[in-house]
Amino acid sequence: MPVEFRKDLFANERDDTLKEIGQPRIRQDILGHVSGRSPYYDDHLFEGLLHMRCVRSPHHHARIRHIDAGAAERMPGVVRVVWPADVPHNINTLLSLINFGRDDEALLQPSRVTYIGEPVLAIIAKTEREAREAAAAVRVDWEPLPHVLDVEEALKPDAPTVNGEYPNNTFDYHDLYDHQKLRFGDVEKGFREADHIVEGEYRMSPIEQAPIETCGAIAAPETNDRYVCHTATQGLFFSLAVTAKLLDIASSRLHFIGGTVGGGFGGKVDSITEPMAVLGARLTGQPVKFMWDREEEMQVGAPRGAELWRIKDGVARDGRILARQFTGFFDSGAYTRLSSYAVVKGTGHLPGPYTIPNVASNVYCVFTNRTPATAMRGFGITGVDFAIECQMDKVAEAAGLDPIELRILNAYRDGDMKAHRREAKNCALIECCQVAADKARWPLSPQSRAASSMTEGGVGWRAEIPETVTDQVGRIGERRRQALPSEPGAGAAATGRVAAGMRRDDRSVELPPQVADMAKEQERTGYSGKVDLPDHAAPASVQPAPATPVQRPAAPLPTQPPPPPPPPAGTAPSLPPAAQQRADDPEAAEQARRRAASRFISGTRRRR
Amino acid sequence: MSKIPVQFTLNGTEKAVFVDPGANLLDVLRRGVGDLSPKYGCAQGTCGSCAMLIDGELRLGCLTLAEAVSGARIETTGGLQTGEEPHPLQTAFMEGFAAQCGYCTPGMIMAAKALLDRNPNPSRDDVIEAISGNICRCTGYQPIVDAILTAADRMRGRIA
Amino acid sequence: MTLTVETYGTLAEANAARRGDSRYLAGGTLVMRDLNYAVPGLSRVLRVSNPPRAIRQQGERLSMDAGVTMADVIESREAAFLAPVARSVGGPAVRNMATVGGNLFAAHPYGDFTAALLALDGEVQFVDGRTQPMEAFLAERDRAPLVASITMRMPRTGEFRFRKVARVKPKGVSVMSIAAWLPGAPMRVSQVRIAFGAMGPTPLRARAAEQVLEGKVLDASGIERALSVATQGLAPVDDALASAWYRNEVAPVHLRRLLLDEEPEP
Ligand SMILES: Cc1cc2nc3c(=O)[nH]c(=O)nc-3n(C[C@H](O)[C@H](O)[C@H](O)COP(=O)(O)OP(=O)(O)OC[C@H]3O[C@@H](n4cnc5c(N)ncnc54)[C@H](O)[C@@H]3O)c2cc1C
Ligand code: FES
Ligand code: FES
Repeated sequence: MPVEFRKDLFANERDDTLKEIGQPRIRQDILGHVSGRSPYYDDHLFEGLLHMRCVRSPHHHARIRHIDAGAAERMPGVVRVVWPADVPHNINTLLSLINFGRDDEALLQPSRVTYIGEPVLAIIAKTEREAREAAAAVRVDWEPLPHVLDVEEALKPDAPTVNGEYPNNTFDYHDLYDHQKLRFGDVEKGFREADHIVEGEYRMSPIEQAPIETCGAIAAPETNDRYVCHTATQGLFFSLAVTAKLLDIASSRLHFIGGTVGGGFGGKVDSITEPMAVLGARLTGQPVKFMWDREEEMQVGAPRGAELWRIKDGVARDGRILARQFTGFFDSGAYTRLSSYAVVKGTGHLPGPYTIPNVASNVYCVFTNRTPATAMRGFGITGVDFAIECQMDKVAEAAGLDPIELRILNAYRDGDMKAHRREAKNCALIECCQVAADKARWPLSPQSRAASSMTEGGVGWRAEIPETVTDQVGRIGERRRQALPSEPGAGAAATGRVAAGMRRDDRSVELPPQVADMAKEQERTGYSGKVDLPDHAAPASVQPAPATPVQRPAAPLPTQPPPPPPPPAGTAPSLPPAAQQRADDPEAAEQARRRAASRFISGTRRRR
Repeated sequence: MSKIPVQFTLNGTEKAVFVDPGANLLDVLRRGVGDLSPKYGCAQGTCGSCAMLIDGELRLGCLTLAEAVSGARIETTGGLQTGEEPHPLQTAFMEGFAAQCGYCTPGMIMAAKALLDRNPNPSRDDVIEAISGNICRCTGYQPIVDAILTAADRMRGRIA
Repeated sequence: MTLTVETYGTLAEANAARRGDSRYLAGGTLVMRDLNYAVPGLSRVLRVSNPPRAIRQQGERLSMDAGVTMADVIESREAAFLAPVARSVGGPAVRNMATVGGNLFAAHPYGDFTAALLALDGEVQFVDGRTQPMEAFLAERDRAPLVASITMRMPRTGEFRFRKVARVKPKGVSVMSIAAWLPGAPMRVSQVRIAFGAMGPTPLRARAAEQVLEGKVLDASGIERALSVATQGLAPVDDALASAWYRNEVAPVHLRRLLLDEEPEP
């Protein structure tokens, strides 16, 4: 189907005279693709290539009592059995590279497996067949343990612990909560003012990215004491750093070659095959390939995780959504991988592309005995977007409105305030709805047809940050001691209020770098903007809370009481003690961050 | 393990290799002969990325016993371009944006060639049927089917 | 474990070389997968260099060598009634390789072609000359010697119907397939044979439905009882394509469409 450029829309926001952008172009790599000459990782031939295969858990959850690899070791072609103890630093979490989360996953699991297919041992042999046969000959004495496969079951006080690093089966957010909170306005007030309450529950199954090229890597010793690694990874330097960390090897000794990827869709960031292949090359001194077969790709390849969302909307008679509350669960599987981040990203997307004055969400990253989940196209967003758009249809039905008109009525317009306190910019949902309706010959009312993302936005209440009700329910570990309700605000009275405010002016504020060596160096980055030398005295303009509430003309909708005066500085009750201390005391804050951080960064030991 | 000698022609060139008992043709072409154009996607016949022509018939390299192809004539995408210009299928795939990651492309093009060799004037449904054993996860089938139809048109023009 | 591949001149020779650890390789679409994945216990592969591939009409019956491929069936004039069945197996590359003989042994959810043979009163001929009706063969196929050929009834026009229900079109694997030989259709039918594929460990006959259709006209009321007993004797399992529950629920729906000869779903 030919692409249709709608240059009539937003014409004044775009330069149509560009030479490349917006022009049809033949891909620069496509001649290689159609002639079969594009060099994927497995298209590099090595003399004496060895093959690596894993022995994997047949159980959701089991203790390893004993492993007998004696027979396997003696089988023809077997070069080396790789044990967990052969992995120099056998613990990692993917996002330790950006200091997010704690190390929780071994490359080869030494003691307790927590999902079907978790690797416990690897065999390196001369042929793939020999490696397979030897792996099948390894005898493992398993002691099966109780497992949990459902996110809400995993949150119960008596649920088996999946991930030893997170004994409550939830990722720890901000060292405070077992979930990520979003609070904007007062949803309870919104529900009280509403004419309809619409509730919905939405579930998504895990989805395998299923690239046609399975995950894999080939590593070989190179000159100058280095290892070359050809890989299918989607994140070359990410995989390099993970390999450096797990193998406790300087990243300068790793020569990673990639970039030609046979489809990834998010499933090739987890950096498992690269450290395995390099480890194999290191232990044998020979080129080693570690490639997942199709069954492994489907069974142990990390999918988009399962999600469960509950949405409760308070809707006015005319279709405006006055309040929207979310309770969300990301099934992370047995380890964190990237789900912790998916939760943050998903929360940043709430409440969808709609201007809603009261929004609250609790989103959980839950550990279960399922295959660890990871990124997939639209990561963190796709699932909740599905839930939101199903919910919009449900709202339309409840309010007796046309589903497209309902969306146009509530859509973000430029200048509106989003629930995460950023102004909406470059909005285009209204125009998309209008074009889609035209294509589907769907009739629209004159008002909906006249609506525009560029008008009516940012006026009155649409630009305000409302007074926000906060709570502290769901502290880390609390759920283990007592069954707690999972939805926002439930189970406890509101414990804090953040004063209403206004958006600031449009100019963004540049923060000074935290440490001197983080300053941008123009010649290295090519960055040509203003370079500020570090100035540790933070300018007044970066105070977190909005300074003075500006009185705006009475907002047309909804009728709100005037915002209360801001509490005097220092008495803001919303911050719990720990966080308050961290905010005040840079030393404590650094300490807190250290605890969660890995001792490695980018594969080298962290400088003290 | 004693190796078995096998001879065949690959894209018009005589090849002789020793293969392991039970080895599949995909592996032998890639590692033994160095034709890397057919791809490994599943080794169980489900993806089509190893599709090739054996004695003019579309077959799957991963499900073909290497030692059974002695004397056969094998064609792969790696040998499709014979002169200066790419094959019309290749050109149509390039111009029609019928590949993204490109991993399925060599198999897809061979499935298309098998069709056009037999039926130079296929309908859209014929094309869909012809590539029904090939999975593409990136591009979507629409541009691929279009490219094959375009190539068919151009090839008929050339012959006529 | 060393793997050996032994090539013989005839099926009879290959049959004589069979032991517990060996497996005959025909088109290889299933056996090669097992070799590629080094399935334990598979260490000897037997093959025949040029297995016979003929299709012959013998009076009211049609005979096919076990080595006939799905593509051969599609091209054969005598076997035209089976072309839609052969076309439903795999994609074009698989059909160029997959044999009728291999289909007889293909585990669930495969065996669409075999379901058709079961409905058409198929009979298996082994290399030792013995023959066995399809139903008895399927019940104990694990112990069968090599198959030389298969014969089946040639239905009169309009008497044979086949449906394959799949989620992916045009190539998906069966949620189920239904083959029916309906002598007398669309008027009063007699001696009906209905076989389901992917509704049990092997293709199975729906005997209860067959019986209540005796003497019935294939219209809504004539088939009503047959639909209510459609799944009797079937034994579907859960797999990645569909649950047993789902298969049982939709089997009568698809049987109705077949018996009333409704247009298949697009
Ligand atoms: C991608 C894909 C899609 C498929 N789709 C379908 C489908 O839609 N429907 C379907 O029914 N099947 C399907 N199949 C399964 C399979 O291709 C067919 O069932 C095919 O007919 C098997 O025949 P073969 O010659 O390839 O068997 P092989 O793999 O050679 O053999 C299969 C089994 O049969 C035995 N065998 C073969 N010939 C004889 C003989 N003469 N005597 C005794 N034993 C014998 C073998 O020993 C082996 O155990 C599919 C397979 C693949 C890979
Ligand atoms: S690798 Fe041969 S079909 Fe997938
Ligand atoms: S282009 Fe990537 S699979 Fe087809």
